Amino acid sequence: MMASSYNAKEEDGNPSSATVHGGAGTVKNKKPDNTAFKQQRLPAWQPILTAGTVLPAFFVIGLIFIPIGIGLFVTSNNIKEFEACLYSVYSKYSFSSLSTLQIDYTGVDLSSPCFNCSQNYIWNSTTPCTCSVPFSLDQPFESNVFMYYGLSNFYQNHRRYVKSRDDSQLNGDLSSLKNPSKECEPYRTSENKPIAPCGAIANSLFNDTLDLYYIDPNGSRTAIPLVKKGIAWWTDKHVKFRNPAGNNLTVVFQGTSKPVNWRKPVYELDPSDSDNNGFINEDFIVWMRTAALPTFRKLYRIIQKKPNNMSPTLPRGQYILDVTYNYPVRSFEGRKRMILSTISWMGGKNPFLGIAYITVGSVCFFLGIVLLIIHHKYGNRNNNADIPN
Amino acid sequence: MDFSVLRNLISRYCVGEEYWVDSRTVYIGHKEPPPGAEAYILQRYPDNRIVSSKYTLWNFIPKNLFEQFRRIANFYFLLIFLVQLIIDTPTSPVTSGLPLFFVITVTAIKQGYEDWLRHKADCSINECPVDVIQQGAVVRTESHKLRVGDIVMVREDDTFPCDLILLSSSRDDGTCYVTTASLDGESSHKTYYAVPDTMAFVTEQEVDSLHATIECEQPQPDLYKFVGRINIYKEQEEPIARPLGAENLLLRGATLKNTEHIYGVAIYTGMDTKMALNYQSKSQKRSAVEKSMNAFLIVYLCMLIGKALINTVLKYSWQWSSDHDEPWYNQRTEIDRERHVIRAFTDFLAFMVLFNYIIPVSMYVTVEMQKFLGSYFIAWDTDMYDEDLGQGAQVNTSDLNEELGQVEYVFTDKTGTLTENCMEFIECCVDGHIYIPHAICNGQILSAASSIDMIDSSPGGQRRDHEDLFFRALCLCHTVQVKEEETVDGIKMGLHQGKPTSFYISSSPDEVALVEGAFFWEAGFWVQRRSSLLWLNFLCVSFRFELLHVLNFDSVRRRMSVIVRSSAGENLLFCKGADSSILPRVVSGKVEQVRARVEQNAVEGLRTLCVAYRSLSPADYEEACHRLSAAKLALQDRDQRLMQAYDFIERDFTLLGATAVEDRLQEKAADTIESLHKAGMKVWVLTGDKMETAVATCYASKLFRRSTQILELTKKRTEEQSLHEVLFDLSRTVEPCVCVCVFMSRLSVDCQDYGLIIDGATLSAVLKPGPESSGSGNYREIFLEICRNCSAVLCCRMAPLQKAQIVKLIKASKEHPITLAIGDGANDVSMILEAHVGIGIMGKEGRQAARNSDYAIPKFKHLKKMLLVHGHFYYIRIAELVQYFFYKNVCFIFPQFLYQFYCGFSQQPLYDTAYLTLYNISFTSLPILIYSLIEKHVSVETLKRDPSLYRDVAKNSLLCWPVFLYWTCLGLFDACIFFFGAYFLFDNTTFTSNGQMFGNWTFGTLIFTVLVFTVTLKLALDTHLWTWINHFVIWGSLLFYVIFSLLWGGIIWPFLNYQRMYYVFMQMLSSGPAWLGIILLITLSLLPDVVKKVLCRTMCPTATERAQVGPLPDRI
Repeated sequence: MMASSYNAKEEDGNPSSATVHGGAGTVKNKKPDNTAFKQQRLPAWQPILTAGTVLPAFFVIGLIFIPIGIGLFVTSNNIKEFEACLYSVYSKYSFSSLSTLQIDYTGVDLSSPCFNCSQNYIWNSTTPCTCSVPFSLDQPFESNVFMYYGLSNFYQNHRRYVKSRDDSQLNGDLSSLKNPSKECEPYRTSENKPIAPCGAIANSLFNDTLDLYYIDPNGSRTAIPLVKKGIAWWTDKHVKFRNPAGNNLTVVFQGTSKPVNWRKPVYELDPSDSDNNGFINEDFIVWMRTAALPTFRKLYRIIQKKPNNMSPTLPRGQYILDVTYNYPVRSFEGRKRMILSTISWMGGKNPFLGIAYITVGSVCFFLGIVLLIIHHKYGNRNNNADIPN
Repeated sequence: MDFSVLRNLISRYCVGEEYWVDSRTVYIGHKEPPPGAEAYILQRYPDNRIVSSKYTLWNFIPKNLFEQFRRIANFYFLLIFLVQLIIDTPTSPVTSGLPLFFVITVTAIKQGYEDWLRHKADCSINECPVDVIQQGAVVRTESHKLRVGDIVMVREDDTFPCDLILLSSSRDDGTCYVTTASLDGESSHKTYYAVPDTMAFVTEQEVDSLHATIECEQPQPDLYKFVGRINIYKEQEEPIARPLGAENLLLRGATLKNTEHIYGVAIYTGMDTKMALNYQSKSQKRSAVEKSMNAFLIVYLCMLIGKALINTVLKYSWQWSSDHDEPWYNQRTEIDRERHVIRAFTDFLAFMVLFNYIIPVSMYVTVEMQKFLGSYFIAWDTDMYDEDLGQGAQVNTSDLNEELGQVEYVFTDKTGTLTENCMEFIECCVDGHIYIPHAICNGQILSAASSIDMIDSSPGGQRRDHEDLFFRALCLCHTVQVKEEETVDGIKMGLHQGKPTSFYISSSPDEVALVEGAFFWEAGFWVQRRSSLLWLNFLCVSFRFELLHVLNFDSVRRRMSVIVRSSAGENLLFCKGADSSILPRVVSGKVEQVRARVEQNAVEGLRTLCVAYRSLSPADYEEACHRLSAAKLALQDRDQRLMQAYDFIERDFTLLGATAVEDRLQEKAADTIESLHKAGMKVWVLTGDKMETAVATCYASKLFRRSTQILELTKKRTEEQSLHEVLFDLSRTVEPCVCVCVFMSRLSVDCQDYGLIIDGATLSAVLKPGPESSGSGNYREIFLEICRNCSAVLCCRMAPLQKAQIVKLIKASKEHPITLAIGDGANDVSMILEAHVGIGIMGKEGRQAARNSDYAIPKFKHLKKMLLVHGHFYYIRIAELVQYFFYKNVCFIFPQFLYQFYCGFSQQPLYDTAYLTLYNISFTSLPILIYSLIEKHVSVETLKRDPSLYRDVAKNSLLCWPVFLYWTCLGLFDACIFFFGAYFLFDNTTFTSNGQMFGNWTFGTLIFTVLVFTVTLKLALDTHLWTWINHFVIWGSLLFYVIFSLLWGGIIWPFLNYQRMYYVFMQMLSSGPAWLGIILLITLSLLPDVVKKVLCRTMCPTATERAQVGPLPDRI
């Protein structure tokens, strides 16, 4: 019994040993179980990465990746996207060989149609500044066209910005509506009333209005119908964002204040569609999904292909983009763009994936060949060396 | 005595300084001394409670928390957690608080449980019954109630409850036998003596009537030192003072043997006992892996701080324009704006918090778990199970599993470790005639012992006499005790039938072998009865001998003697001992023949003893008696005077003959040593044995091969030349080999290998700091240089402490090699504790070594599997574990760092909180844990067959800086692939077929998905052994990640105040390019590692890699 106390003392300062000792102690005088697990003899597969096993893998990867890459690249090239800078719309960026349409309407340049608007910018001015940007399409957009607005140098992913929202308020929680989360500071209350929707993201909602007109050869303008349904994630629109319970949104939002930068309250965002008001306004939802990078684009409208109509969605010709210039970006050296793009199964135009696949596939193929040579050279030598051993 | 009076006087006038008093006064039976006596200061002593537990119920939580947070890692995580609590940080405190809380709680529960076990053990010890004499009667009380001064009665086979001064024993001569096996490992029975004036007390009343005080020193840990004085007061008499020494002191923990009962007075109790003072908690050994892990940690900490600093600086330079700092859409709060000064600091801290996952809590947990669970596999190994002993390997500490794979120096004991410590009587030589019995080994007849081969059996009167005397000497001259079983009759019966039911106990297994040998030789047996009478049954004739004196063995004289009186009234002195100590004292006998035989036997590795006798005339006997008793009664220099008396008596011998006992080599000892050599380890044998025997054992165990050039550094040689010259000579001899080795490091095996023999005396001369301090340091260096170039070193004639010194010397040499000490006896404990890894053999010499070791194995041969297989496996496992952990966290955190450049250095986390928290805990933890438990890169058989594979992992090669750099670079590369891959994928475009856009959380989730798959598949590529468990955890954790993500994003979680992950994962998976991107990025990030592996394997394969693909028949 002295021995046991001796033991206990010895194991001081060695936290793990006592239990181990105990564990070993229980098997004392007993042969350890001869099970495959305890003896670490479980049946096993023992792969070894040798040149011989890796070589075929490399070739297979190469053979699979290169076609995928080519496919992706071709698809990406077929996507039409219009991108143009405003000050040179008429000359260089008429949409021909370049398959993008992207119009920068920030109005930095003096020659830009929106220059005036960008200069004379006043928040909450009663008379909105409008400007028109003409452009031309050399090739028609055949399928559905997606209209994006793009912002540059806009840090939607800034931490202070990202967290400045109250998801439970946006989900229709009444208590959060009246008492928004602390995270919304300093856009939490205005005039001692809670802001709905609170936070910096909501406050800085993109509020330019973009309209597209086709200029007939005879000079008349035809408004192109822009669909605003389906621009936000379905789950966002139907689950994540919900209006507070109540039939009349105006009543529901009583006692809250609109975000300071907004011109109209949240329940009047879309006068044309009553189901698109409040927190479930799709433009609002799209804006609330903060972008990953400081240069980003967000889906603005969809120009749907007319059903049973062989004519292209956007025929070639002259167009005018009418901008209601509300959103200031010059102060942080931002840029605003309008982008028209068609979409394939792989999304918008992005040659990266195709090129990357082709590259990786080729590298694999090349490495396979190199390894084959090395394997041939060294493999024999090693085998020879092994034999005397 | 005068001195103590003076001391008492001083202490009397310095009241209040009683704790400074360096002696204690004990009132036996708590009786006050008579009024006239010196006044003593009452001291307070602790009670006899043993406390080994660390915590009480009250202080457990604060103390345990304190202990835990003293660990630097825990403290770091606590700090991070507090920072997260206090300042506004990008991640919620939960992400670091939860894992930390988990770790702390689990550890606390474990330690609490262990402490509870200790409490229980303490309790059972403290409450065990003890007999105390009070008012002349025996009173049974509990052990912890014992007080200093109590008179205690201890019965046979009981352990002493505290340190006692022996007052009287049931034996007439006032002695008692005690075994201190549990204290110092010596299983022999030691004799302790009662105080002469009290030894006559027999009854409790008599003992209780004693009126005395004991003055003794304050407790000190040396087991063999004690100084004290007993003052006995009698009516109308001067007090009698007697000195007390270590031979009067019975130590707690020792066991009373062969004595019915004793009375003793408690002088040291509880934590003051020498045993309690001797248990220091073993200093915790740290493995080399842990050291490199800490070095890597520091690098990562620097990286972390560097990253945070860079980001902070960049943030402020970027924010220089207020457009960036506070654009109109993203204003600060008023409070925030006012905090100008501390903002930079909190920003720095926030970056620290953001990147802190690079040093994960989970790594510590995983490493601990791996070690803890891994040690079970060692204990479970049936290959290391010994049927005879009924025991397998025992793991006393789990911290050193991987160190077993790093051993460079093996220090082994000889007796009981390399050899069986199972002595076999091989032959005896009487007057040059040789007798060979059949093997007898510690009570077991190994082969039929019905007959004895006498090589030369020509009878002759003189020879016959000598033969008789020789065997009588063997039978009489020893300290063997018979352990009687059941009844005395039983023994006789048993022995008559040739089946001994009794067995012999002795401190020296040699003696047992000799005695047994002698019995079977001549069918003689002896019974010792009541100390002094011996019956010897010799060829069916009984002889009666009276044992008069025993001149005990000691290592200086190296011999022992007995003086007996035969029934004929003749006084005989029998002596046996080492040849070197007997032969010079011999005056007659066939010295030359015997000496030749002895030397020949010694060369063969047998342990030899010479036997001689001397017939004592009555006058001689009187003289001897006189001298002995005078020496024994001497109060001062007793040892020295005894020595002189022995020296006087043991002379003028007639040589009878010599015996040879073989200590057989342990099974497969040679094979094991050979394997260790091949594995690149240097094996040193450290033994207390003499050189010739040790050298023979070394040859037998293949430590020295025939080709080995032996260098001697022994006393014999240093007597001829000066130490200086010898050392330089040797170093010059060894030198050329060094050059060869440098040029052809691969072929170093081929170059001449050297074996060095050094003895204890020379060693201490080498190590002794000489008068000229510079010279001695030089010797040490030269000696180390010689040793470094010798593949095998034999150190003979070593004292236990010298063994530890050697280990320490090598440990401190400039390469800081990893040392392993293996031994079985108490004399090896010091070196076992000193070495990096201490291995105990569960041997015959008690359990002391096994108990103090880190690992205990039943046999020496198990060392091979322990090192070459378990050590190797655990090393590569933990190396991979450590590197992989750093790698996967670089992969994890570096994208976050890169992301800061794209989010305005705002500490925006890339991943969701749940991912941040669970990445290390559940998504990537199990595969590496399982890998680190069951990975086998080559088969066990290959490792055993080819010990040189051990060299591949030597010198911590898998955790050296280049490898670490490779892993870190791989991590950085992969992180860049993840980040920029996702960046270009997201670059200003959509990749859904409905034109909708993804946000920052999808960006992070995409990177995270690639990350989890890549690091898991990277481990899969490294796994060489795929059992169903590996499949289960690797594919299981990937599946778990997917399911978790689906679930996490599939529900609006009511308890969360944000829903940012809602449907993010599913939306991502609904897009084709995301899938293609994920596959591409995973492939791309795994590519370089695969290419590197294949190239390395093809261009310059290591031995291990060759063994993996090795010749096909071998793999089966």
